[in-house]
Formats: sequence, C-alpha cells, structure tokens
Amino acid sequence: MKIILSMLATLSVIGIVSGGGLAMVSSWADPLIAANKKAATEQAIFQVQTAAKDYKKMESVEYELYKVFDESGNAVGYALPWEGNGFQGKIRIMIGLSADASTITAIEILEQVETPGLGTKIAEDPFRGQFEGLPADPQVDWVKGAPPTKENEVQTITGATISSKAIVAIVNDGISQLRSDLASGEDMAQGGAQ
Amino acid sequence: MKKQVTLFTEYTKGVWDQNPVFKQVLGMCPALAVTVSAMNGIAMALATTFVLTFSSLIISLIRKVIPTQVRIASFILIIATFVTIVDLVMRAQFPALSKELGPYIPLIVVNCLILGRQEAFSSKNTPGRAVLDSLGMGTGFLIALGSLGGIREILGSRTFLGLQVMPNAFDPWLVMILPAGAFLSLGLMMGFLNHMNLRKKDREERELVARHLQEPKMSLEHGEEVKSWS
Repeated sequence: MKIILSMLATLSVIGIVSGGGLAMVSSWADPLIAANKKAATEQAIFQVQTAAKDYKKMESVEYELYKVFDESGNAVGYALPWEGNGFQGKIRIMIGLSADASTITAIEILEQVETPGLGTKIAEDPFRGQFEGLPADPQVDWVKGAPPTKENEVQTITGATISSKAIVAIVNDGISQLRSDLASGEDMAQGGAQ
Repeated sequence: MKKQVTLFTEYTKGVWDQNPVFKQVLGMCPALAVTVSAMNGIAMALATTFVLTFSSLIISLIRKVIPTQVRIASFILIIATFVTIVDLVMRAQFPALSKELGPYIPLIVVNCLILGRQEAFSSKNTPGRAVLDSLGMGTGFLIALGSLGGIREILGSRTFLGLQVMPNAFDPWLVMILPAGAFLSLGLMMGFLNHMNLRKKDREERELVARHLQEPKMSLEHGEEVKSWS
C-alpha cells in the first residue's frame, strides 16, 4: 500500500511540475510561433504576387484564400494555398492568380516530401518558373519530354513526372474550385465579406 | 562496489570509448534520418545533448525518491518535458531549422540513447557525474552526427554547412541524401573505425609479446595480462 501511494505521489508530482513548466514555456513561445507562421504565409503571398503590397484573408470561402492589393488599393488578384497528393506525400503550394483567375502569376512550393534530387526539383526555377504568367485557360496541361507547344502547357521534369503532374493537378484543382466560387458568389468580387 | 573513475574519464568515455553512435549503436533513428546535411546533424545533436543533460541532472537529483516500479515512467515524463521545451523554443526561434528536422525533434523522447543513459548511469550516480557523462555522450553524438551529415552533404549536394566545397564538375551522388546513403555511410564509417581499433589492439598486443620475449624473467601477472589481450 505504501509503495502504491509513493508511486502515485511521485508520478503526480512529476506530472504537475512538468505541466506547470511547459505551460510557462508555451505561453512565451505560442505568440512567436504564430508570428512565424504568419510571416511565412505573408512571404509566400508576396512571392507569388510581386505587385502586391497588401492582402486580406477572404472569409466567404471555407478554405484559405487571400485577396491581394497593390499600393493604390486596387485588387490585383488572389493568392490561394492549395494541397494535394504528390509522389510520396502531401504537396502544399501557394498559387498566385490574376483578378479574373484566368492567368497564374506564379506558384511557390510551401511543403513537400518528394524524392531529394528528383522530385524536389518542382521547387526549383526551371520547373516552377514555367508557371509565371501562365494562362490557365481552360486549365494547365503538361507535356513530357518535349518543350511545350501551347501557351497553357508546362514541361514535366525528367525523372519526376509524377511530382510534376501532381503540381499541375493541384493547380488545376485549386483554380477550378476558386472559379466556381467566384462565379457563384458575387460578394467576393467586391473584396470579401469581412 | 565498482571503482570510481576520474571525472575527466567520465566525460571523455562518451566522446570516444563508448561513443553512442559508433560504439554503442544507440540513437540510430535520428543519426540516420536527419543527417542529410551537417547543419541538421549538429542541430539534432545539440537538441539531444540539451535534453540528455537536463533530464540526467533532474533524474540523478531525485533518484532516491523515485520508486523502482515507476522509474521508467518517471524518466519518460521528465525527458518528454525537456523535449517539448526544445520543440517549442526551436519553433519560436529557429522556424526554418524546426521545419527541416520536423517530427524528429518530438521523437527525441524515445531516443534510446537518452533513456539508456538514465537507466544505466544517472539513476545510480551523483548529479555532477551524471551531467559530465551526459555532456560526454552529447559530444560523442555531436561528432558522429556532424561527421555523418558532413560526409553526406559533401557527396550528396556538393556543399558543407551550406557553402559549396566541391566543383560543379563533380556530379552529386543522389544516393547520399536518400535513406540508403545514410546506411551506407554509417556502415562504412563504423567498419573503418572498427578496423582501425583492431589494428591498434593488434599492434599493442604484438609489442607486449615482443617486450616479454626480450625479458625472460616475466612475472605471472604479466602473463595473465597477455592472455587477456587476445
């Protein structure tokens, strides 16, 4: 009985002290972590919308969507974080779109766990740069092993066709979702419901 | 009662003679998984050393209070607390590094190197010795992860600590930054170190035999020593 009590007491005391200590560290770290996250999102938005000076989170849709403005306050387009399956796991990208969602301004890879040296090339400029100013009308297409012949095509990476196709699929998926929401909700065109 | 070793040996044994990675083969999960670059290896080793040192200190301080039946649970609680602190601090102060190391920081909790040292050392020794032992093991871990990460980074991405060290003409060995490269490099490094050790032992043994052959009046004590070397 005495042993059981001392076991209970020891574990409880350790647990309480640990919990208290962690609460203190966490109350210091949480605002900093939130700020880091915000800074990372902000950086990605400005990377895909180079003309942007300001952005606003859209509250009228269920997913994350940012409407982007230039210095004089005109809406220049959208920044849309979207995710989908890659070769080995989730790929999360930030898609920059023009105001009518017809042209991609740029994309930025936020998270990926593709094969190092092959699939990770999706984040490098030879591939990623193809999306800069790419007309997504009616959608983005990919070609393999040859330079693109049509305006809305990108060339896949040799050795990373699945990763390249995944990016194209995620981009198309995100854009079609955004377009259908833009078509149905007129209030979004006014600059968000916030 | 085993003989107390000097405080200095308490520190240095972890650096080489009982190096956690090369000799004890502990902590393999982080050693293999995060060493794609020297920086990752060093950061991982420093985080592990921090957790190891502080949990050793606390555990050796309260070693007489913890009932034997719940000692492992207590160790895990204390280790997990320090790991969470490291995780939070890294996410707050070094977001890029924290993203790179990802789930491997929380996984320090189950690093057998840490639990192993608590069970084998800290729970039986004074706080001073426990801290020295932990710092030594941490240094050994740092050397192992740093060199492993360095080798993989140089061959796999031509850089060392982010600076290019190999000419562009050198084609990076992709396998080195894939998981297979970790196993290959670690295996070859361990093999090489063991080979060097064996050679050293062999040489010492031969020298000893040669000395005794020169002195015919060798004592019985020395004879036993020769036997124990083989």
